[in-house]
Amino acid sequence: MTAVADPPALRSRTPLRRRTRGPRRWHRLISPLVLLAVWETAARTGVLPEEKVPAPSLVARTGWRLATEGQLSEHLLDSLTRAAVGLLIGGTLAVALAATAALLRVGDNAIDPPVQMARMLPHLGLVPLLIIWVGIGEELKISLVALGSFFPLYFNTYAGIRDIDQRLVEAAKTCGLNQWERLRHVVLPGALPSLFLGLRLAIGAGWLSLVVGEQVNAQTGIGFLMMEAREFAQTDVVVFGLLVYAVLGLLSDTLIRIAERRTLAWRRGLQAT
Amino acid sequence: MATRPAGDLTVRVTGLRRAFGDAVVLDGADLTVGRGEVVALLGGSGSGKSTLLRALAGLDPEATGDIVVPDHYGVVFQEHRLLPWKRVADNVALGLPGAGARARALAALTEVGLGDRGDAWPAELSGGQSQRVAVARALVREPELLLLDEPFGALDALTRLRMQQLLQRLRDRHGFAALLVTHDVDEALLLADRALVLEGGRIAEELPIGLPRPRHQDDPGFGGLRRHLLDRLGVPAV
Repeated sequence: MTAVADPPALRSRTPLRRRTRGPRRWHRLISPLVLLAVWETAARTGVLPEEKVPAPSLVARTGWRLATEGQLSEHLLDSLTRAAVGLLIGGTLAVALAATAALLRVGDNAIDPPVQMARMLPHLGLVPLLIIWVGIGEELKISLVALGSFFPLYFNTYAGIRDIDQRLVEAAKTCGLNQWERLRHVVLPGALPSLFLGLRLAIGAGWLSLVVGEQVNAQTGIGFLMMEAREFAQTDVVVFGLLVYAVLGLLSDTLIRIAERRTLAWRRGLQAT
Repeated sequence: MATRPAGDLTVRVTGLRRAFGDAVVLDGADLTVGRGEVVALLGGSGSGKSTLLRALAGLDPEATGDIVVPDHYGVVFQEHRLLPWKRVADNVALGLPGAGARARALAALTEVGLGDRGDAWPAELSGGQSQRVAVARALVREPELLLLDEPFGALDALTRLRMQQLLQRLRDRHGFAALLVTHDVDEALLLADRALVLEGGRIAEELPIGLPRPRHQDDPGFGGLRRHLLDRLGVPAV
């Protein structure tokens, strides 16, 4: 439009950036696509036996069939509910206990040592004990998710609160903020980056726990779908179940990152300088 | 602590003591600041200047002694100490009650020449700008007393001169009293009505600075006072 008025430096910079960025992104797609093509060819020509590794196209067809017949949404909803309830319970406990331990000396002495000890137990190894305690129903799956998500969130919240610059707390004090106001304006926002990191790790651990939990005598859920398919040697359903888990993990992580970017906008200013 | 000092005193401190383990930093220090008076507190490194100021700011529960400061006081530290997650105007308005908080914050920012940066993040400001915001944050509380802990110590020489002039202007306009902790003799001579030298945990010397205002480092009388204070601080002429 106003090409004459444009400074030459501006005009030459835009295509320069495109030249370096555009192709590089596209390049990153090549190897996954090639792998997928090799996989498909190997499966179709019989190099990979169908009962061991089904072709991607077959997995996609199976997925479509499960989705349209309504089974997928039913199992997905059950899995999601377990994940959400477990995460809510484990996450609430983790944040509450970590805040108490990080803010109060009494809380630190009472809460932190047992949590540190419990951390050493591999929580997935607790399955036999949990079965004895809560049975093999929904409680087992929810307990596993809650346990899995508790520890990463606890440790990151604790560290986030402890790492807050005391000088900022002092400055807030001289501005007349009382204890609750300091908690709200200094401690909470200061710990938020660590809280988000903890949440992302907790969600990852939660999904992992769910996968294990749903393979113990579940009647519904993605894990059940996979275990049932294994009995009938429906490898395509098993692989599709794995894909669903992967997509769920990816989606939840992306959602948290978007929320993080919105909430922690002030850090972009930090990076810009 | 918050009882009003008698007469025309803004600050009255008697017998202030503070020890860190075996090291006694403040050993019964006494000092007063009059209404609207600017007092510079000088002293060598580790002499307890900042400890004294922190005690006055109510940040040191282990300091003992009789401390009387006004209810409305503001503190400016050597570092700006702005909350990085709050925009500049919200930092200034921190802890202000009522609906007019933001307008008051913007007015204070305008006074320090940053009226247009209210929506910026602290990380986007330069060191001098951040320190001006910190001054605005102290000022917006309409303090009777400003406690300044080497407020310009971390700034470059040019910015420091501008900040000293700004503080002088603000003080002329608002008439607050100030206790200025500094190791910079020239800063003390430019800004203060009285200079105190802290030594051995007590106020070892008190020096009224009667130079006419506005002051300048080249003024007659400046050199003699500077020489005297430097001698007192253990930097004799060679």
